[in-house]
Parts: sequence; C-alpha cells; structure tokens
Amino acid sequence: MSDSIPLSLQVPEPEVRPGGKPDFSGVNIPRAGTVRRPDVDASPADFRDLGYTIIRVLNRDGEAVGPWAGALNDEQALQGLRDMMKVRAFDARMLMAQRQGKTSFYMQCLGEEAISCAFQHALSPGDMNFPTYRQQGLLVAGGYPLVDMMCQIFSNERDPLHGRQLPVMYSSKDHGFFSISGNLGTQYIQAVGWAMASAIKGDTRIAAGWIGDGSTAESDFHAALVFASTYKAPVVLNIVNNQWAISTFQGIARGGSGTFAARGHGFGIPSLRVDGNDYLAVYAVAQWAIERARRNLGPTVVEYVTYRVAAHSTSDDPSAYRPKEESDAWPLGDPIERLKNYLIGKGVWSDDRHAQFAAEVEAEVLAAQKDAEKHGTLHSGGKPSVRDMFEGVYKDMPPHLRRQRQQAGV
Amino acid sequence: MPRMTMIEAIRDAMHVTMAQDPNVVVFGEDVGYFGGVFRCTQGLQQKFGRSRCFDAPINESGIIGAAVGMAAYGLRPCVEIQFADYVYPGYDQIVSEAARLRYRSNGDFTAPLTIRMPTGGGIHGGQTHSQSPEALFTHVSGLKTVVPSNPYDAKGLLIASIEDDDPVIFLEPKRLYNGPFDGHHDRPVTPWAKHPLGDVPEGHYTVPLGKAVVRRPGKAVTVLAYGTMVHVAEAAAEETGIDAEVIDLRTLLPLDLDTITTSVTKTGRCVVVHEATLTSGFGAELCALVQEHCFYSLEKPIARVAGWDTPYPHAQEWDYFPGPKRIGEALINAMEG
Ligand SMILES: Cc1ncc(C[n+]2csc(CCOP(=O)(O)OP(=O)(O)O)c2C)c(N)n1
Ligand SMILES: [Mg+2]
Repeated sequence: MSDSIPLSLQVPEPEVRPGGKPDFSGVNIPRAGTVRRPDVDASPADFRDLGYTIIRVLNRDGEAVGPWAGALNDEQALQGLRDMMKVRAFDARMLMAQRQGKTSFYMQCLGEEAISCAFQHALSPGDMNFPTYRQQGLLVAGGYPLVDMMCQIFSNERDPLHGRQLPVMYSSKDHGFFSISGNLGTQYIQAVGWAMASAIKGDTRIAAGWIGDGSTAESDFHAALVFASTYKAPVVLNIVNNQWAISTFQGIARGGSGTFAARGHGFGIPSLRVDGNDYLAVYAVAQWAIERARRNLGPTVVEYVTYRVAAHSTSDDPSAYRPKEESDAWPLGDPIERLKNYLIGKGVWSDDRHAQFAAEVEAEVLAAQKDAEKHGTLHSGGKPSVRDMFEGVYKDMPPHLRRQRQQAGV
Repeated sequence: MPRMTMIEAIRDAMHVTMAQDPNVVVFGEDVGYFGGVFRCTQGLQQKFGRSRCFDAPINESGIIGAAVGMAAYGLRPCVEIQFADYVYPGYDQIVSEAARLRYRSNGDFTAPLTIRMPTGGGIHGGQTHSQSPEALFTHVSGLKTVVPSNPYDAKGLLIASIEDDDPVIFLEPKRLYNGPFDGHHDRPVTPWAKHPLGDVPEGHYTVPLGKAVVRRPGKAVTVLAYGTMVHVAEAAAEETGIDAEVIDLRTLLPLDLDTITTSVTKTGRCVVVHEATLTSGFGAELCALVQEHCFYSLEKPIARVAGWDTPYPHAQEWDYFPGPKRIGEALINAMEG
C-alpha cells in the first residue's frame, strides 16, 4: 500500500478549442489506393487491419486508384455528383427557410453528402435503411420527391406526417427509409431486427443501420452489435464519424478504442473504415458490405471518416466550442469538389457544365420550394388539421381519445 | 439583489454547492467545455476543473448508472439529461437502482444524486423535446420529484435537491428558462429581469422540498399547478376575473398536502392542471388526494386540464398545449352550480 499514488480522473479533450489553430496531424491518412480489398467471404480475422486504416480511392490528383477503384462507371459517378449537389442545394434552401421562420428547425449534412448518396445507390429496391436525421441523401439519391420532404419540413397541409413530427424526421417505407426517431441510437438495433426478420422469412432483402460517432455510446449500439454478431444478421452497420456530437468531440464516445470501426472487432464483426468524403470509396465499400449481407455472410461495420462542416442544427452555434477554421483544415476535402475533379479529369465533365448544372439544381430546388409553400409553411397558409393530432395514436381510436377530440371541438 | 434568468439561477445553484462541497460533481452530454445546450453549466468546468464538471458519452443509462456508483462512493452527483424526453434509456438505473438502493441495502448504500432535465413544451420541439414525464417518477417509491416555476425557487430547490440524501428528479420547464411564459404564445414573454421572482439572492439558500406555495391568493376556486402551468393558470385567473387561488406545488413528491387541503377546504372547488398527458398523469393522484381529504367541502367534481392523450405534436402544438383559454373554461365551469 505504501507505494499507492493518488488516482485522478482522466477526461479526454480535443486538441484545439476556439482561438486555437486547427490541427488534424493526428489523423492518420493513408495514400489513396493503398488499402487492400479482401474477398467478401474472407475470414474476418484476416482483415482486422481494415478497421484501423482508411480506404480511399480518389487521390490528390483526382484519379481513382487501387483495388477499390472501378466500382462505378462514368454515368453512375455523374449521377453521384448530381445527387450530392442536389442535397447541398436543398440544405442551403431549407436552412434559409428556417431563418425566415418557415419552419422551426433544420439539420444540414454539409460535407457528408457522399456517404448517404453513394450508399443509397449500392442498395437494391426493398432494402431498408434505419437512418438518423443526417441521411437526407438516402432520400434524395433514392428519388424521393423534394416537395414531399419540404412539406414535412414546413409541417403544412401536405406534410406526409400530418404535422406530428419534428422537421427532417421523415418516413418512407416505399423508399426504404424507416421513420426517424429523435431518440439517438434506437434505430440501430431495429435495423438488426429487421434484417433478422428477413432471414427468418427466407427473404433476400437486407437492412442498413445508421448512427453518428457520438451515438455509438448509446447502449442500443452495443445491443445491435451483439445481436448482429450472434445471429449473423444481414445488415450493414454504418457509423458516420463526423468528429463532433453537438459540442462533444469524438474522443468522448470513442474512448480508448483506436477507431469506431474497431468496436466491431470485439463482437467478431468484420469492420472497415472508409474515407467518407470520397464518393467512389464509399460506394465501393458499401457495395462490398451489402454483398456480404446479401450472401448471408453476416453483418459488417463500416465507419465513414468525415467532418460535420455545418452547425449541429439550426439551434447550435459551433463557434462556441471549436475553431471556426477547423472545417477548412479538415484533410479529407470536400466530397463534391473531389468527385467533380475526378470527372473533369476523365473528360466527362467541365467547370462550365458544373456551373450550369449547379444553376439547374438551384432552379429545381427553388421550384420544389414554391410548390411546397403553396401548401403552407409552419406559421402561414395550409396546415395539417387539429383532428390529425388525435389520429394515428392507435389503429382504432379508443373511446377516451374520442372524448378528448370532441372536447377539443374538432 | 441580482436578477437572474432561470438558467442563471440553476447555474448559480450548482456553483454554490460545488464551491461549498467538493463532493458535488456535475456531468452530462455537452455540459463540460460548452456548458450544456441550454448553457446551465456554463463556466463550471472552467471554475472547478475537468474532474468536477465534464462531458459524458451519449448514454443516459451510463450517466445515471455512473452517478449511482459515485453516490455509493460518497459523492453528490448532479447530472444533466439533455432533454427529459431522453431519460428513458436511463429509466432502469433510476427505478431499479437509484430509487431502491437505500431500501434494499438497509441504508448500507444510498444514492444522494440529482438528475436535472429540461421538461415540457412550448418551443416547437416536437415529440422528442417537449414531454412532461413527471408521473413516471412520482410513481416510483424512493424518488423525490421537483418542478420549479421561477428563478428564485429553481435555485433554492436545486440546492436543496443536491443536498438531499435521496435521489431527486429535478424537472426544469424549458419554456420558463427565459421568462414567465403564460401560454400566450403569440405575445412576447416578459423577461425574468422584470419579474419579482427573478430576484435571486447570492450565495447559499434553500427552498425546502415538500413545501408548496400559494402563488395567487383567492377564495373562489383552488388551482393546483406546477412548472409552466403556474403562470398559465395565473393568466387564466386574471383573464376570467375569477378569484382563483393558484397553488404552485413546487415539489410533487413529497407533496405538501396541508397547503392543498387548507385551500380546497376554503374554496370548495378545485381545478388541477398539467401539461403532461391526462391519463394516469400526476393530476390523477392530486384528484384522489383532494377527494379523500376534502370530500365534504367539495361543491363540484374536481376538474382536470391536461395535455391530450397523444404524443406531443409539432404543428398542432398550441392546440395540444393546455393554454389559458382551456384553463379559463375550466375555471368558469368550476364556478357554475
Ligand atoms: C437519447 C438521446 N440523447 C440525447 C439526444 C440529444 N442529441 C441530439 S443529437 C446529439 C448528438 C449526436 O451526435 P452524433 O451521434 O455524432 O451525430 P451527428 O449529430 O454528429 O450526426 C445529441 C446529444 C437525443 N436526441 N437522444
Ligand atoms: Mg457526429
């Protein structure tokens, strides 16, 4: 006992706070094309290293290189660029709409567009995403009407969710998009359950769970991993590591684990880490993991390394907890710029066409907004009915609720 | 005397207790460097260091479970759940652990912890930023449940909660953080700086747990309210001109039955209001108690005004929220016959 030292609590802190100089030198980024691509049926024990590195396809010169390159043809890559630009234009307009008081709340995915846009194209019809609030790209890339998204955001008379849900908490079974919960992490284990159901029924459909870096700390994340591992559920377990959870840096959720992907290893789940700002790499890895699930080889954990460029939500001001210049210093660049440079390098795109397309996207989003606003915005125009508030609590309205509805006079 | 918002008063309560007792620690999601999404813990980490005020991983079960462990060691944790709507993953640690630790170990271990959480609606927060789950806590033996309605009480009650030797659920009506919201969502809210209860003494004082207060004396009808509804009920009384006595319960458990029965015995009429859904809400308990203790004084059935039995909606918020109009109608109705 004589040599015992006083203990002390160790609380991780990010390297820089406001006023400091952003520093990502600690982020180990391998050169594009250098990470190997195992066969989908390889033994997980043989590629544990892929949970600690970063799979990248697009190099600094805008070329697609290495074993993960070649998953997409030019037309598909162009589609990816268009999807991402549409998401970004949509976010910008909805942010403005929130500032104009047309809705109460909005969340952008600025800088993270590649992840959900590319993943959606790797899925097949009938597959089911269990998203968070930052995967609007799944809907946009999946062809869900922008007008319907906006009507939900405006809580107007055409809101598919009848004004009941917070803006951006979309739901569309037809588009493989499970109803978003505001409660973090709950969807992750539900994705596993959906996948288990598909296996129970001898179906061919697979599920994809989505979670943010911060939310991996929730117990439901760990529940998802153990269930997925035990039953080899046909599910892809996506972790979007955008470095921040509101004001909390990723080190608080990650703790002593080297990476979020490495969490999968303890459960015997193959785990990959990918450059989330590289559309081609995201697609290639998504396709690989989805094929594993589809071939009944079980779950895969995929960590997307990215950066939350915007505020957490319209209720947040990040300058209070991270340097303003941090997003410029983020070493993985911008997903749209990177894919654009690649396509220009291949001779299938140009700055002019890009500018022209940007204008077209802008016009498309604006037209959708005009359309949506005809049906009202949060505080003006058409509204969902008050009756709607009482509907849908149960399949059949019980007598007590019927009485309350009468009391409310609707 | 300093004027404070409810946020500042709550922060000051933690500041005072942390300065006084090195066993008080504060943690939760985003509460460290940033100081919490509502800024209630702003400056505490800077003042008391990272081992006394720190960010927690996003795991409510973890936050409350860790607090129970710390309390068992001898600390007095005061933890923040970012919104009451997110407490459910931690509910098992509250119900099965914190609440019963004293009983099951015969006092060998206790859980003197405080769990703060913003509660209630009125901010267009939809179903996950608006709930009022107080009845889920008052139903659990071993817990105390507190709901302040103004800065003065918030500070005094929070200090009393942190110093209490049993687990306390401390629900902060977020719509009151910056002013006494009276339910008129289309009018600007008076800031606390212009309200007498925004006067908050410096330093240590307590508002004892288990003591209600008559917020508005009256002879005609008793209104039992807490949190935001205290102000809404006061507005309803003013607007209807009914001589209502508005009681601010402040602590739901332990409950100040004396103040309630004294008033109802005098008025013979009683209206119970809360934001939370009606069925099995805390109002049901209040009605039962008033009926048991004041039956022979009652001239009319006790009325309840509460949130409808639906999840909290986004667009229809003001149709859902039991505002001054609905309370006013209940008051008028209570006076008939
Ligand atoms: C159960 C629960 N706890 C807390 C919150 C409040 N909250 C909303 S988003 C958020 C941060 C999530 O960060 P992360 O998982 O990294 O996702 P990101 O926002 O970065 O996409 C928190 C704490 C919540 N919504 N649900
Ligand atoms: Mg994050």
